[in-house]
Parts: sequence; structure tokens; C-alpha cells
Amino acid sequence: MTREKDVLLKVRDLRIEAFADDKWFEIVHGVDMTLHRGEVLGLIGESGAGKSTIGLAAMGFARDGCRISGGSVEFDGIELTTSPRADLRALRGARIAYVAQSAAASFNPSHKLIDQHTEAPVHYRIKKRLESQEDAMELYAKLRLPNPEEIGFRYPHQVSGGQLQRAMTAMAMSCRPDLIIFDEPTTALDVTTQIEVLASIRDIVDQFNTAAIYITHDLAVVAQMADTIKVLLRGDEVEESDTRTMLDSPKEDYTKSLWAVRSFERAQKPLPAKDEVPVVSVKDVDAAYDGVNKILYDVSFDIYAGRTVAVVGESGSGKSTTARVITGLLPQMKGEVAFKGEVLPPRYQDRTKDQLRQAQMIYQMADTALNPKSRICDLIGRPAAFYGDLKGTELKKRVDELLDLIELEPKKYYFRYPSELSGGQKQRIGIARALAADPTFIVCDEVTSALDQLVAEGILRLLDNLQKELDLAYMFITHDLATVRSIADHVVVMKQGRVVEQGPKDEMFTPPHDPYTDLLLSSVPEMDPDWLTTLLEERGVDNVGEAAHKHM
Amino acid sequence: MNDVLQIIVKRLGLGLITLLVISIIIFGAVELLPGDLAQAILGQAATEETVAAMREELGLDRPAPVRYFAWLKGAVVGDFGNSLASGIPVTELIGPRFKNTLFLAVYAAIIAVPIAIMLGVLAALYRNSVFDRVANVLTLTSISSPEFFLGYILVLFLAVKNSLFPAISSLSDDMSLADKLHRVFLPALTLVLVVVAHMMRMTRAAIINLLASPYIEMARLKGTPQRKVITHHALPNAWAPVINVVALNLAYLITGVVLVEVVFVYPGIGQLLVDSVTKRDFPVVQACCLVFAATYILLNLAADVGSILTNPRLRHPK
Repeated sequence: MTREKDVLLKVRDLRIEAFADDKWFEIVHGVDMTLHRGEVLGLIGESGAGKSTIGLAAMGFARDGCRISGGSVEFDGIELTTSPRADLRALRGARIAYVAQSAAASFNPSHKLIDQHTEAPVHYRIKKRLESQEDAMELYAKLRLPNPEEIGFRYPHQVSGGQLQRAMTAMAMSCRPDLIIFDEPTTALDVTTQIEVLASIRDIVDQFNTAAIYITHDLAVVAQMADTIKVLLRGDEVEESDTRTMLDSPKEDYTKSLWAVRSFERAQKPLPAKDEVPVVSVKDVDAAYDGVNKILYDVSFDIYAGRTVAVVGESGSGKSTTARVITGLLPQMKGEVAFKGEVLPPRYQDRTKDQLRQAQMIYQMADTALNPKSRICDLIGRPAAFYGDLKGTELKKRVDELLDLIELEPKKYYFRYPSELSGGQKQRIGIARALAADPTFIVCDEVTSALDQLVAEGILRLLDNLQKELDLAYMFITHDLATVRSIADHVVVMKQGRVVEQGPKDEMFTPPHDPYTDLLLSSVPEMDPDWLTTLLEERGVDNVGEAAHKHM
Repeated sequence: MNDVLQIIVKRLGLGLITLLVISIIIFGAVELLPGDLAQAILGQAATEETVAAMREELGLDRPAPVRYFAWLKGAVVGDFGNSLASGIPVTELIGPRFKNTLFLAVYAAIIAVPIAIMLGVLAALYRNSVFDRVANVLTLTSISSPEFFLGYILVLFLAVKNSLFPAISSLSDDMSLADKLHRVFLPALTLVLVVVAHMMRMTRAAIINLLASPYIEMARLKGTPQRKVITHHALPNAWAPVINVVALNLAYLITGVVLVEVVFVYPGIGQLLVDSVTKRDFPVVQACCLVFAATYILLNLAADVGSILTNPRLRHPK
């Protein structure tokens, strides 16, 4: 590292404090970063590691309720921590740009894309409006957005998520900044869309020799994007080295544990006997929310006792809608749902208490699925009392039993509120609540996607143990193929409301596949830093992501 | 655009149904008033025969549903019958009065709405500053004081102590617009003071509510100055709640002015209503109530349409 001249960003002993409970406390404890021109630094860590906060601090920005309390952030010789506000503002958008996690939420819904694109260049008088518009169209074309001449004149809601994310990258480029902060730009996207966005970002950063900080929790993604990787844990640096070294020989235990996360995988269980009656049988189901525009077409699959059926597909493919049909929340238009051979009434209102008891749900966002004003004992106790007719000491015994099942110590957690639990613990309560009804079948709707990998792994293991113990049937809705690989027995691939392909896990992960399944499988990033490059060479840029859908 | 049209037609239909229900309630309520109308008109001294004859003349001997439908039939074509007290057709009585009330309402609205929204935006921009607090305290004070009290205070300072404006706002047809504006200034100002606070606070709250949105943070990270963040990025997304409060306050300007009209002896529909109630002039009371109801429904409809039109998702479907 003798390129001292080329240093663009120098962060030394950065400390950031957050305000809570009437006092300031430190959340970032002295982090150093050095970034050269044209270099990409990957910041990686679990949620709460302070990645975003550090990324924003590199722009001299602290969110409401946060402040930079110490250390220095030097951008191209300018000390940002002591600069007046107006000077800082003049850098933002012009020399340092930001790409947010959710493009859908970060574009103003009231303005056209191109008007938001031209805002900064026009404001800084770098370009005239028309020039900047032309430049936007060029950038859109470079990022391989469809109809680059026209797409900018649409409103955010008229454009798909992956396209929006690329439009946001284009917007970040509008003033040709020296540094871009990418804050989890692909986390909210489907795997097939993610590839396209990753390829576009890498391309454009190369072309303009822009330096970037790439923030993510996904190791495989950062491996494709970054030259160097820095691992963070609760506001502290764990280690930093160049990408290949980091992947091949991580030094710290924490880093090694991150690398090892994807290790949980259980073998597929034996196929059910030919004459076994499935716990849940979905047959030729069509459904629509408004009674007219169908969301599901001819969906059929069976779920057997003690087995897990993983339903995979991109957002909008009808996975959750199928679950709503099974639970009776959305009565189907055609077809039937049978439970142990007995056809269920379509509407949950018409089902018996026992039929309702047998099918339970666990939700993606444990945060919002638990009533924040109820104690744990009530959250779990209510369904236990309702379905099991339990009272008093019997009920308490049952709640204790359930807490034991989800590996939370009853004494400690009995009277707590959800806000006093961590994300993983909340999800465990969600599981206990489903178990309280003593069901035979549970729908798990993206139960691990809001959790960090280590925590998610714990939840998967727990679900697996419970299945063994209680002979539960799971319908596992997910878009994450690593999860499928670890827990499924049978895989159902859905696309635009139809089942494209289904079969036992072992078959599904061995070629040949339906072209869509193949696209899904090949789109999952791998730890190999050359994965994206190789894939793009193999498939060609027009055969990944949304572009690939057109060829099907 | 078809979606928007469909929504508007649906709302319009709902509005009509609401109006119908209200007409039943109004008719029923007037029916329930104690006392006999014929007796009231003729006075205590009237003989039983004359009262009976009067009842027959007024059609009061027919059953209530029959009278309701007869009234409704007339109301649909704009005929509310004749005033019992003066014998003049109700429409002729209400027409000019309603025009005056509308004049006062529009006058007040033209002053109040821009001021309220501007104050709201400024308060959001400089929130928790001295300006914000002063604006909040002042508008809250004005909304918390009863409007007749405000009216008398204004009269005391602006009419009696310094005779800048007339204390009595009677109008005549031959006055010029400038004359009228001058004459009606005090009641208009009273109304402005009453409605500004509500609209201003809603504007402020709606904007501040949006300041935590990711797209506002994005705008800041693009280096957009604070002023433009508020006016260009937050305000366009805050219109829906603001429009609703504005509509509610406009409706108040028309239907809630009774006290102000009485204080300033302003010949509006509110005063007519009060007079008619004391005279038991039921056709007029019913017609006034129906006009008020229609105003409320129309303005709320306008607010709904307004919020729909400010929503880009509905304006520009996929």
C-alpha cells in the first residue's frame, strides 16, 4: 500500500453514539477505514453491527438520534466531522452518493424517476436539465434497463424493484461522484433480479473508476463485489483483508463462524408410502383476491406427515396466496383443499374448531406478528386455552412446556413483553404460539428471511427438531434456496401463480431442470469470488435476471 | 384515468344515498319537535275549529310518510314549499342568504387556507424552534376561544377603539365589491382565526410524519437543501390528509357560522336558520338543514377526489 496519494477516504477511530432512554451510548467503537480511488470495500456483519451507520458516517451524515462523537472522517483531504453543514451538503450527491437498500421506498412516489435523477446535477449546476436527462438515458442504457429513452419518465410505482434499484444506481452516478455508498442494494430483491443488479453495479463502478463502500450481510454477494472485505461485529472491527484471503483463510473465530453458517443441511427423508394419506392435499386450486384477476392457476401438491414441502419462487409468484387458501383466509375459486383426506370448507369461518386447530401459521416478521402489549404467557397461553380448553395451573404447565420446546427458559421469559426479546427469540415465540394449538401442519412463511444467518440457522434447527418430535408437516415458503437445501423434503417451484416443477429435494437439485428452476438455482450467489464473472460468461448478460424471463 | 372516474362516480352515488338518509333524519327530527304548528301560528286564543282548519290547510292531517314523500318530491326539483311565517317561497328566502354565506366563507377561505398551509410548512421546516412554538401557541389560543368571544374582541379593538372596520356587517345589493369586502372583514377574520389552527397543525403533522421516510433521507443524501426537501419532497406526499382537513374546515365555514353571523348581524343562512327555528317555520328549517348537509357531503366528496388526484398511483396506473 504505497499509493498514499490515491487515498480517497480515510476514517480513523470513528465513534458514533445513539440516543436512547435519555442518554447517549456508543454504538460504533473506533473503526478505521482506508479507501483508494476506484477501490471497492465490502462492509459485512449481522444486523446491529453498525454497517449502515458507518456507511452514512463516511458521508458525514448521522441519522436522527445518532451523532458522530469522535474520530475523523477525511474525504479527499476534507475533514467531514468538523465541516460546516453547508459544505457537507455540497459534497453529498455531488462527490459522495448513496444507494439505499429499498429503492421502492427511497424514490419519491410523487416524482418521475428522471426528475429525481436530474435534481442533484441541476442543483449543483454541473449540468443543465436537458443534458442531465440525456446523460440519465445513457446511464440507463449502460445499466441495461429496458427502454432507456422512456423508462425515466415513469413514476416509481410503474417500474419493477430490480429496475428501480438500477435506476437508483444511475441516479447516484448522475454527478459522477468519487465515492458511492451501496447500502444493501440487493437485499430486498429476488435472486434472479439480484444478479442483474450486481452485474450492472460492478460494470458501472469499473467504467467510471468510482470507489465504493458495499454494505451487505450476504457473504456470497460481497465476494463478487469487493476488493477488500471488512468484518464488523456490534460496532467493532473484527478483521479486514483482501477478498480472496478473507474467503480462503479467515483468521478470527467470528469470521469463521459466519463462513460456516450454511453448513446445516439434513438429508431428505424417505418418500412416503404409496397409500399414505397426505396431511394436506391441494388440488387444482385457482384463486383471486378480487374474484376476477386470478393469482393462482391449477396449483396442486401434497404434504405428508413429518415432511417439509418447500414452496419457492420470486415475490409475486403466489407462494403466500397458496398458504392463504390452505388456511381458509382466501377461499379458492376452483379446486379443493383436503386435510387427511377430508375436504375442507373453503372459508375459515365454515371450518370446525378442530380443523382450524390443525393448521397454524408462523409469520415472516415476528416483530409485527406479536402483539407488543401482550406478555409472552398471554401470547402463547391464549391459543393454548382456546384450543385446549385449559385453565389455571394446567394452562401454566402447558405454557412452560411450550417454552421448553422452543428452548427458552420458562421462568425467565414467562412475564416478558415482546420488546424485551431479540429477533430470534421473538420468532421462537411465534413458533410456540403455533405449537400451542397442537397442530399437525404449520405454514412457515419466510420465517428466517428477516433474521441474521446465525440466528436463522438456530430457528431452522429448532423447526427440524420439533418436526422429529411432533411429526409435524411443514409448508415452508421461501425465496432462499440455501434454506430449501437445508430443510426440505419436497420442493415446489412456483412462477406467476403456477407450479412450474415439483419433486423430491434430491432430484430438484440435480439437473436437468425446467429452464425456470435452472435459472433460479444458478442465480444463487456462491462464495467463489469468480462466480458472477463465470456465470455471466457462461450464460451471457442477456440470459440472467428479468432479461432471461423473456426467453422462456 | 378510468379508475379515477369510477371511484368518483361511486363516491357521488354514496353521497346521494347519504343525503337521502339525512333528509329522512331531518324530517323525522322536525316531526319530533314538541307543540302543534297550527296552534303555534294561531296563538293561544284560537278555537279548536280554527286550529283544525289550519291543520288541514297546512296538510298536517296527512300521515307523516305521505308528507315526507311530498316534501322530498318538491325538494328534488328545488321546491321547498312556502315559508309558514311569511308565505314567501322558501327558495326565494334562502337563495340570497346562502349567497351571502358563501361569500363570507369564500372570503375567509381565501385568506385562511394559504396562511394555514404556509404556516404549517414553515413550522415543519423550523420545528421545535421559537417560530414553531409561537405559531402553535397562537393558533391554539385562537381555536380554543369561543368564536363569539373572538368576534367581540375584534369588534372592540378594530371597530370600537379604532374604527377601522364596521362592527355590523349588513349588506345590500348596490354595494361595490370593495365595500363589501371592507364591511365583511371582521366576521371573515373571526372565521379565519377559528379555522387556521386546525389546518396548520395538520399540515405540520403530515409533513413531519413523512420526514422519517427513506425517500426524504435520500433527498438529504443527494444534498438537497432543507427548504426544498420540505416543499418538493415532503409536501407533495402530504396533500391527502391536508386536503381532508381543509375540506372539513371549509364545510365548517358554511355550516358553523351561525354564531358569527349573529354577532355581526350578517344576513347569512345561519341567522335565517336561527330565526326560523324560533318562529317554528319548519319548511325553512328543513331546507336550511338539507343545504348544510349537501354542503358537507359535497365538500367531503371534493376532498376524496382531491386526495385521489394527488396520489400518483391512482393518477398514473401501471
